[in-house]
Amino acid sequence: MIGIVNYGMGNIRSVANAVYEQGFDPLLINNADDFSQATHVILPGVGHFKKAMANLEQLSLLTPLKQAVLTDKKPLLGICLGMQLLLSHSEEGDCAGLDLIAGDVRLFRDPKFRVPHVGWNNLNGVVKHPVLRGIPAMADFYFVHSYYASTASQHTLAQCEYDRNFSAIVGVNNIIGMQFHPEKSQKNGLLLIENFCNWDGLC
Amino acid sequence: MLKKRIIPIQLLKDGRLVKGKQFSHYRDVGDPITSSAVYNSQLADELIFLNTNSELGIIPLLDIIDEVSKVVFMPLSFGGGIRSFQDAAQLIEHGADKVILNSICYENPEIIQEISNTFGNQAVIVCIDVRSVDGEYQLYSHNGSRYQACSLQQHISRCAAFGAGEIMLQSIDLDGSMLGFDSQLAIDASQFSNMPIILAGGSGNYEHLKQAFLTAPISAIACGSLFNFSDSNPMRANAFLKNHGIALKLNK
Repeated sequence: MIGIVNYGMGNIRSVANAVYEQGFDPLLINNADDFSQATHVILPGVGHFKKAMANLEQLSLLTPLKQAVLTDKKPLLGICLGMQLLLSHSEEGDCAGLDLIAGDVRLFRDPKFRVPHVGWNNLNGVVKHPVLRGIPAMADFYFVHSYYASTASQHTLAQCEYDRNFSAIVGVNNIIGMQFHPEKSQKNGLLLIENFCNWDGLC
Repeated sequence: MLKKRIIPIQLLKDGRLVKGKQFSHYRDVGDPITSSAVYNSQLADELIFLNTNSELGIIPLLDIIDEVSKVVFMPLSFGGGIRSFQDAAQLIEHGADKVILNSICYENPEIIQEISNTFGNQAVIVCIDVRSVDGEYQLYSHNGSRYQACSLQQHISRCAAFGAGEIMLQSIDLDGSMLGFDSQLAIDASQFSNMPIILAGGSGNYEHLKQAFLTAPISAIACGSLFNFSDSNPMRANAFLKNHGIALKLNK
């Protein structure tokens, strides 16, 4: 079953619907025990970085999440804020993240660009990866965020251009994170969800 | 490159989809769930649902949101009757990506901050209904029925300060007219904040969309009548605008 971490951060219903639509069984992970039934883990999330970390801590999900990913090697997909949480640190609330992937989260500051970055945008520099298989070149995905991820090139699986090029997909080993919302990105987004649900976590 | 968006607006009244003129004279135009599934097939960029029975609070929205989010895999915004943080939180938990606030922003703009502190500013669209009277913008709340004394600039600045994420401008005068958009309204409003702007009111044909995108610094256009009353659809609009050099989502 595809575990979806339920930690009070936004629209998890849509993620569950997308997983179900692709023919998999979603499972809401509400506590540490629920991880055992999940073959894959999705960390969704919209909202404030610091509040998200605090919620994971308060619900005692932080340690079992790390264990599922680092010890049990379950594939992990972070979406939007859930992707940003994978990184080391965010400017939003000056807060440490899960530190599963080295990188920082920063605010879009160029006054010539409207914030948030909201709408459909294409990826560039997409690397070969099992989860990204079959995505057409120049396919658009739905972004909505005011903060962006900055990661080293070896952890950046795709970039997106707004006021700068930022990390749109990050990954290391069995972990992948997407800044955009695959569950809201129609056919190509659903394909990413399907690829993730079929992924063995190997690159 | 970030693309421009075309967003069908679905107005809800007594459990049905309706469309009117100048916020009244509503006509039945179908079933909200069926219509949402059709927009999903037509690859619309996003969907907006506005409840006109705001006396019922968000109940009419909750009645459809679960079903809609099962058949639609694109961003969904819901508004009309949101009175509290709990209303917004409930909608977001049930599948809304963004909530649309209007009347409450005049009475209690702090609610914007409350919602955006928890769900992020990208989750809050402030809708502003405007009449143009002798070249002056007049703001109205409560589905166009209540005059608000503040200026467009004051209102946008205040909503921005409280952490709104997007502005949706609706021209009451042009609503349902199918005569084209008030681009000047968007041009003027764009100077009062750095938020992305969605322009609504007046869609009648694809040429209107093109004119609005070419003349005003807007991120998106929201359409009711165009898709309700003509043979038009979001996929054809996407193709037409691309052929005129406007960047829209790749539908592949």
